[in-house]
Amino acid sequence: MTHRLGRRKFLLYGTAALGSSILLKACTEGNVAETDAATPGAGGGVDTIKVGILHSLSGTMAISEQSVVDAEQLAIEEINNAGGVLGKKIQAVVEDGASDWPTFAEKARKLIDRDKVATVFGCWTSASRKAVLPVFESSGHMLWYPVQYEGQECSKNVFYTGAAPNQQIEPAVDWLLENKGQQFFLVGSDYVFPRTANTIIKAQLEAKGGQTVGEDYIPLGGTEVTAIITKIQAALPDGGVIFNTLNGDSNVAFFKQMQGAGLTPDKYPTMSVSIAEEEVRAIGTEYLKGHYAAWNYFQSVNTPENQKFVQAFKSKYGQNRVTNDPMEAAYIMVYLWKQAVEKAGTADDIEAVRKAAVGQTLQAPGGLVTLQNNHHLSKTVRIGEIGDDGMFKIVSETPAPVDPIPWNQYVADTKGYSCNWEDPTKGGKYMM
Amino acid sequence: MELFLQSLFNGLSIGSVLLIAALGLAIVFGIMGVINLAHGELMMLGAYTTFVVQNVFRGFGEPWFGFYIIAALPLAFLVAALAGVLLERGVIRYLYGRPLETLLATWGVSLILQQLVRSISWLMCLQIGVFCLLFFGGLWGVKRRPDFERIRNGAIAILLPLSAGITLALGAILGKSAGLALTQPWFGAQGVDVTAPGWLRGGIPIGTFQLPYVRLFIIALTVVCVVGIYLFLLRSPWGLRIRAVTQNRSMSACLGIPTQKVDALTFAIGSGLAGIAGCAISLLGSVGPNTGQNYIVDAFMVVVVGGVGKIIGTVVAALAIGLVNYIIGSGIFISMVSPDSALFNFLTFFATTSMARVMVFVLIILFLQLRPAGLFPQKGRTVDA
Amino acid sequence: MLQVQGKVNQVAKQKPRLFELSAIGVIALILIAVMPLLLSDFRLDLLHRYLALAIVALGIDLIWGYTGLLSLGHGIFFALGGYAIAMHIKLQIPETASSQLPDFMGLYGVTELPWFWGPFSSFPFTAIAILLIPGILAAFLGYLVFRNRIRGVYFSILTQAATIVFFNFFNGQQKLFNGTNGLTDFQTLLGFPISHPNTQYGFYVLTVILLAGSYLLCRWLTSGRFGRLLIAIRDDESRVRFSGYNPTGYKVLVFAISAALAGLGGALFTLRAGIISPRAMDIAFSIEMVIWVAVGGRATLIGAILGALLVNYGKSFLSEQFPEIWLFFQGALFLIVVLVLPNGIVGWLRTEAGNFFRRITGHPRYMITYPQLAEDPEIQRERETLEP
Repeated sequence: MTHRLGRRKFLLYGTAALGSSILLKACTEGNVAETDAATPGAGGGVDTIKVGILHSLSGTMAISEQSVVDAEQLAIEEINNAGGVLGKKIQAVVEDGASDWPTFAEKARKLIDRDKVATVFGCWTSASRKAVLPVFESSGHMLWYPVQYEGQECSKNVFYTGAAPNQQIEPAVDWLLENKGQQFFLVGSDYVFPRTANTIIKAQLEAKGGQTVGEDYIPLGGTEVTAIITKIQAALPDGGVIFNTLNGDSNVAFFKQMQGAGLTPDKYPTMSVSIAEEEVRAIGTEYLKGHYAAWNYFQSVNTPENQKFVQAFKSKYGQNRVTNDPMEAAYIMVYLWKQAVEKAGTADDIEAVRKAAVGQTLQAPGGLVTLQNNHHLSKTVRIGEIGDDGMFKIVSETPAPVDPIPWNQYVADTKGYSCNWEDPTKGGKYMM
Repeated sequence: MELFLQSLFNGLSIGSVLLIAALGLAIVFGIMGVINLAHGELMMLGAYTTFVVQNVFRGFGEPWFGFYIIAALPLAFLVAALAGVLLERGVIRYLYGRPLETLLATWGVSLILQQLVRSISWLMCLQIGVFCLLFFGGLWGVKRRPDFERIRNGAIAILLPLSAGITLALGAILGKSAGLALTQPWFGAQGVDVTAPGWLRGGIPIGTFQLPYVRLFIIALTVVCVVGIYLFLLRSPWGLRIRAVTQNRSMSACLGIPTQKVDALTFAIGSGLAGIAGCAISLLGSVGPNTGQNYIVDAFMVVVVGGVGKIIGTVVAALAIGLVNYIIGSGIFISMVSPDSALFNFLTFFATTSMARVMVFVLIILFLQLRPAGLFPQKGRTVDA
Repeated sequence: MLQVQGKVNQVAKQKPRLFELSAIGVIALILIAVMPLLLSDFRLDLLHRYLALAIVALGIDLIWGYTGLLSLGHGIFFALGGYAIAMHIKLQIPETASSQLPDFMGLYGVTELPWFWGPFSSFPFTAIAILLIPGILAAFLGYLVFRNRIRGVYFSILTQAATIVFFNFFNGQQKLFNGTNGLTDFQTLLGFPISHPNTQYGFYVLTVILLAGSYLLCRWLTSGRFGRLLIAIRDDESRVRFSGYNPTGYKVLVFAISAALAGLGGALFTLRAGIISPRAMDIAFSIEMVIWVAVGGRATLIGAILGALLVNYGKSFLSEQFPEIWLFFQGALFLIVVLVLPNGIVGWLRTEAGNFFRRITGHPRYMITYPQLAEDPEIQRERETLEP
């Protein structure tokens, strides 16, 4: 009896000790970051600079944001391999916003207060950006935002490296008016970007002689588009242009069912502003062939910088991966920040880095970009037609980079306003 | 007339998607009284199975590729049914008679399944295998001891963290050293593309509009499923047993019906139908980790409106909801109202697909005021339905 | 004789009450005075949010733990409370501003304040609305549902559907509520700058006090006759009905109170998080609220608070360390709580912890038998031979 008890106790304590030691080991990996955070002085330890990466790694937005994180980490790795910034290595602290806006704000505060990062790269949806904005503004910190968005914002604390509406939506409408027809049907997901984009498009069409024959919205994630297709057929019986601002899953349903209903690209050319190379793969090329998309960057852009970028990305993450516009914007913003830090000579003085960032130029994969004094980038605008291989054939390209206009000039409420952060008397929203 | 036919067809096709999604749920919920919030994820498994089958057939080249959908349907059924049986044996059978707890547990399962398709890779398969080997192997070893019953909880409490720790450590080591082939997720967080075979693209043109083949295929598939379930429940010996257990579980058990087997079978069929539904929706919509979430609430509403326990109720409810949804969302009858009236403004306000959904749910709640037990309630003398 | 006994009972009852009251006071004081010294700003921020969520958990416990109604729609009430306070804050526009409308409205071409925004410019109205709007809505929905004796899982499914209705509505109404982006960028409340640390500390103190108040309210509700009736409804509604009560009214009332608590929690959470958006009406969030209560322990108020704090700290910790496994963990949490710990942590501590500790320290477990049996030598012998 006692013997058996002893053996059992021995077994119990032994296994418990083994198990806890393994668990402890697993935990210490996480603890390294904590001890680093405790070291005084902003921007991490002696030979590293900490930067924050804040995207959704779980939840509905993870689909899009994961690849942006990949691009940011690729840029950081490349910079580190080339010797780092000011002789220091960049250390990325990755946080998960979990597709939940209050969580974004919480994690942003954590990155700033606890990790004392030098800057944050992050966010995808406008809602997440709006949620973290007060955090960055109250602490005077700096956010780099890589996604095309609806504009109507110009914060001192944000650098927007995606397209403003005048660098994507407006040129796309102009091109359609010139080449495809005057009658537009607007389809979008039911949230801020499509509704704002459609407000702009309607105003623009009115100003330029086009016509909006209808608009409809699908709930986010909705996959039933039968009613929309009926409306399109009723409004445009002889064909016309469809302007598509659908997001995510709804796109798949929309294009699949459009083909089933016989709406082909020769009669109903569709211009999308949220479909890039990754989405093309998820929807299926068969459904998209012949439709159009407007972006600043396509994987098929033929520049030496782009070849290098695509190659580096594929060798790090797999040959079957593709690059797209938000990924390129995310990739270059890390380099723009690096240039700004080098010009300022410090990563810790955020105000100095912000000053130094304006005016930075970079030969990006998508062509020359310049960071303007309204904290947006001037970029080349391209329109691509989706081909058999899931890549875009570029059918139109602006000869020079287009300067960004954050406050939209077609919308009555913001007409005449502009933004200039270099001139202290002007600021984020002033009458031109 | 054409307008009428078109609305009827479109309403029918929306309804058939709802119906095929809700059919399995109607069986599991109606017959077993189990709330399965992971039903949507079983549909997702069916959709991913279709994706895998499609890729295998793509390797065969044409003309075999065109038939992948025929092979995908039974496979999707099997995969989802297998997952369903695992779910029933592993979790739900401990929770019979506690529907609210089942609801929470299956929600947990649905979260796990969602993350699983996102992050599953060969490395993860390996980790799961190692964990099962350590944990169940260890348990098997302990089981042979005479005092197993007494030390069972203790043994589990030790084995679980131990095997989990070893598995995590293994994953951490392999994850750093192994190449992309091992660590790259199979599907990833991004959705995957399922392309309808050539003969399902396009449609039959009728006047100005076109009947899409895919919609016709899904309507036919739904009809086959409904008829098949009817025949199974009403004509087969196992169907008889299922109905017997539904009516009086303890009496059936006394008469020698293996109620546990009946439970597992019912759940397997319900889940298998979810798999078929997943296969069908992959032709219409997206296939991604969130696919199931897009359908689950609608499917539940169909079952509730139809009345629990009657398949015919589910059929009528699905078609009615589909039709109402289409009529409100497309706004085809707005032109019949005078444009200045309040009714016109009201109708236009709800004539977007998004607002139509809001309106349909409001109508459902109002409908349940008139008929709280649904269209075809089960008749009985019990106070507690 | 009876009277004397009654008095003794009263005294005996009052003692634990006094003890409980002082315990609450001490804990509240620790939270208010000590915690800010111990925790970093970031951790205090988290604590503040979770204390606000604990108020919501109390409401869920009231309706699920005590009354047996599983609401999967409390996100609606949470969000309504949040929107009420956010609308008030958005209306605090300085006189000098170019437009006297909340900033987002101009962008969508709104020129006149929508009528229902008007009253929210008054703070007293807003303070009442935070409680009353969710409460009245819940009473209305509850009346429609309970009147028809819809209950159990049907109630859960209907509340879930209601969540979708509200989510889609708020999401689509950009001109009225700024759509998906929700209301954010808060400046001042009653003249205090919201993002200032002192103001936030004030909100924190307010949250602690209101949490203690909510706890006392729930304690009062559940300890008396009303509470026993709720439990009776949970355990056998038909019998309650047959005994001459009409459960509908009680259910409507408790649903409304629970919704009001959710609204209060939502408002306090919004003050700290700085944003309220339709995401709060996401189904997943409403189900998450239930799991807080389930983890802590149903039908124990302290369990609800504890659960809300534990689960949320776990979430924030795990998603910091291993962002990818949080969903796995959350899913497993649902399974474990339902299968292994159906009464939650507090329930387990109350019923089984004693035996558990006796067992792992090598003592035989308590056996509850009839006194005569326990003294029977036969039984004694059996016990000794069976239990090593």
